[in-house]
Amino acid sequence: MNIQNIISEIERFDPEVYDRFDSRRAAMRQFTRWGGRLALAAVPFALGSMFNKAYGQSSGSGITAVLNYALTLEYLEAEFYTKGAASGVVPAGTPAVGAINTIRDHENAHVVFLKNTLTAMGATPVSKPVFDFTAGGAFANIFTNYDTFLAVAQTFEDTGVRAYKGRAAELISNNAVLTAALQIHSVEARHASHIRQMRKARGANLKPWITGKDTGGIGAAVQASYNGEELTDQAGVDITKFVSANAASESFDEPLTAAQVLAIVKPFIV
Amino acid sequence: MENLHPVLPPEGNNDRLLPDKLGRRKFLAYVGLAASAATLAACKKDKDENNMPPAGSIDLGTGDVGILNYAFALEQLEAAFYTQVVASPYSGITAGELALLTDIRDHEVAHREFFKAALGAKAIVSLEVNFSTVNFGSRDSVLGTAKAFEDLGVSAYNGAGQLITDPAYLLLAGKIVSVEARHAALIRDLISNGSFADSTVVNASGLDLASKPAEVLMAAKPFLKSVLYAGNLPTV
Repeated sequence: MNIQNIISEIERFDPEVYDRFDSRRAAMRQFTRWGGRLALAAVPFALGSMFNKAYGQSSGSGITAVLNYALTLEYLEAEFYTKGAASGVVPAGTPAVGAINTIRDHENAHVVFLKNTLTAMGATPVSKPVFDFTAGGAFANIFTNYDTFLAVAQTFEDTGVRAYKGRAAELISNNAVLTAALQIHSVEARHASHIRQMRKARGANLKPWITGKDTGGIGAAVQASYNGEELTDQAGVDITKFVSANAASESFDEPLTAAQVLAIVKPFIV
Repeated sequence: MENLHPVLPPEGNNDRLLPDKLGRRKFLAYVGLAASAATLAACKKDKDENNMPPAGSIDLGTGDVGILNYAFALEQLEAAFYTQVVASPYSGITAGELALLTDIRDHEVAHREFFKAALGAKAIVSLEVNFSTVNFGSRDSVLGTAKAFEDLGVSAYNGAGQLITDPAYLLLAGKIVSVEARHAALIRDLISNGSFADSTVVNASGLDLASKPAEVLMAAKPFLKSVLYAGNLPTV
């Protein structure tokens, strides 16, 4: 199997693939480790077709496409917390158990809500992908190491907030759907805030809000989820005229495009 | 009002508005349609000509500008509140709490100044606030008020999204509301760890609150000396 060809293929779908690794060489080592699975499953093509179905034009109206896109993200989060809560990775007897259960229940409710909405609109909900929360081994201890679990949770929540924001305008013609999407969006932000506090309580250096494009100490593996958050200029207004650069970036969360979100979640989808 | 209802033509009249072959049922439907169109036109006319705000009140305005002024008003309220919180911290405040509340103050100031700059000449005036019911020396009073403001802010933005027509403004509102939700969760956790998204704000479908401007302004009213008038805001 020619690893280089596979990397080229992934790069076609995920131009920022190298950003998630320290260097091209590290990427090569990573992909060599993933080699077996990649050879078996032509991953990029499978993903491409799945996401075309999830948010391409082929699935009908733009609104249906956005809902299916949201559903895919909620499947990811719902399964992540469901498995996490069942795995015992969250220290028993601590308030963390209740918090993770709360988030798990919300994500599962979002899945049900979005499926019901799609069905009610006469559209077909996209089916649930198969997830690999180790991201091909990058987070091998995801369900045994609490800090790894929280780090991935933070990334999912912060990405979820940005993902909804990036597509809201496409729902502007349907008041009910737009409002529901906004209502999910702010719940994701509440989750992100709490997960960040949980990581802070474990000694991580971060706040409930995103400062610049800082990952909160997680590192290059999740940098794509934070790139672009460093913006300090809004609609032509320089926010640093009023507050510090850090506060200026923190006070506005930035959207992510569908392609950017695809690149971020791709390692978690088999 | 004489133009609101079509004048019935006399029997047998070949009025252009009522062709010979138009049956009675169709005719009635036509009249009904015309009447409702006239009613709509009358409502629209009210909007276009501006409902008169009561003397001494501040009109938020119409359309997207009205919604932006509505957001600007709420951000003014929040910024004023946290400015006072940071200027006179409650007794027993920890360094960590003060740092977080200072961040929130800065975010709200950023939001306020952003709206002011973006609205330019269309911006409403600076509001006078009334925090007489808040005990700034008490952690419970300050955080309880902060919780009310943050949850209110989230529900206000969630409810106003559908009233915005320009996608660029919708995105800006979206960029701000998630920061308000991060604040809301933090403040709730400071009051009671784990209450960041409890059932008082997130329903069984996992949806956060969304409120109409009238409800939000009613809740904000006790904290404002200035009187806001929302009668020209879009409602759909």
